[in-house]
Amino acid sequence: MNLTLKVWRQEGPQAPGRFETYAARDIEADMSFLEMLDIVNEGIILAGGDPIAFDHDCREGICGMCGLVIDGLAHGPRQCTTCQLYMRNFRDGDTITVEPWRVRAFPVVKDLVVDRGALDRIIAAGGYVSAGTGSAPDANGTLIPKPDADAAFDAAVCIGCGACAAACPNGSAMLFTAAKVSHLSHLPQGQPERYARVVRMVERMDEEGFGGCTNHGECAGVCPAKIDMGVIARLNRDLLVATLKGGG
Amino acid sequence: MAILSAYRTTVGKKIVMAVTGLIWVGYVVLHMFGNLKFFNGAGDGLGTINAWAHFLRVFGQEVVGYAGVLWLARVVLLVALVLHVATAIQLKRLNGASRPVAYQRRGYLQTDLPARSMWWGGVFILMFVVYHVLHMTAGTVHPAFVEGDVFHNLTVGLGEPLAGAFYLTAMVALGLHLYHGTWSVFQTLGVDVFDRSSAIRRAGQALALVIAGGFMLVPLSILLGFMR
Repeated sequence: MNLTLKVWRQEGPQAPGRFETYAARDIEADMSFLEMLDIVNEGIILAGGDPIAFDHDCREGICGMCGLVIDGLAHGPRQCTTCQLYMRNFRDGDTITVEPWRVRAFPVVKDLVVDRGALDRIIAAGGYVSAGTGSAPDANGTLIPKPDADAAFDAAVCIGCGACAAACPNGSAMLFTAAKVSHLSHLPQGQPERYARVVRMVERMDEEGFGGCTNHGECAGVCPAKIDMGVIARLNRDLLVATLKGGG
Repeated sequence: MAILSAYRTTVGKKIVMAVTGLIWVGYVVLHMFGNLKFFNGAGDGLGTINAWAHFLRVFGQEVVGYAGVLWLARVVLLVALVLHVATAIQLKRLNGASRPVAYQRRGYLQTDLPARSMWWGGVFILMFVVYHVLHMTAGTVHPAFVEGDVFHNLTVGLGEPLAGAFYLTAMVALGLHLYHGTWSVFQTLGVDVFDRSSAIRRAGQALALVIAGGFMLVPLSILLGFMR
């Protein structure tokens, strides 16, 4: 198949960006979106140009490194990571617009690469258990009810790709932050710091310049880990309780 | 102080939006219920809207004086409204600043018209509330306002096609606002858990339809000539 790509090119963080048009020729339907970009880049390099910079690592959907806004949707139309999006989802002759995550808190490094350090700093603000836990404990040494374990795991599957904030009409990172809050708030190990954690993480999230949640649900719609907006309700409740306890 | 410091966060502001919004949801339910007494006809007999308006003024007058409860409710509603609007403006600015460069192409998978119309729909509803108070409470923009004769004020005031159409449009906006807002209250207060299609969401949407539909019955019945 032959496609036309409109790709955001930006030399560096301070440089002004622009869209460049590229032809992607002889693309096979079973290629991933990133493999298609690799082929386009080979052509650019052979012609002596600067290849399109984009983030990628495992290319098997688990690392959270890749992330492009494809035709206005974070990771494209299939609710999977960009590396797991296959070209059979497009038709011969399509024009595809490729943009970086556009959130103030994710400054563009180059082309389609953005700095997602803001997410790391939200985690650093409290998304962990600070007690020393020694070596791995015996299985079932700490009994956790199955529903709690399931709820914690449903939140813990977040890969930190940032698609939630990229897709949010408000540029909010609530799904990411709430996934970590919900993960730890369902487990006994997370209880001692539960309310201090949520306050610190929400304050950090705001300081990074993310917007607020207005319950559009776009985040959950694009989340490749399929995290539910229920985690946001969990964060909201923990913050409310923290406020009432005076932990705010 | 804890409450004030929580307000600094976006989530704290959302809690203010939710609580003040919930106060207004409770109010519009009562208001809509009272409006339905319009269909019991003119005069001030048992069950009429004029008797209801009178009751709202004498209710609790032994304790707080004539219309005391009414004024108490008005103060609570006004404070809630000011907080709701002021917080909405702050959140709107924060949200607008979070994406300085807009997407060239923008797709949506989940969000709907009610969610996306919260801001402009809210601005429209605010304009309507101001007009509505001047029209039906103060009577200053009403063509023939009679203090205490609610039935007359309604049939004359809403009999004007332009005014009636404005009321109907505002109720569409209110329905959309509550369709998203009522469920959002529970999401923001953390009641909704792990189920996007939960009973709370459905109940909020049903309540929005009942409130908007109930309010629309009065202007519709007047404009279509059923009530005069």
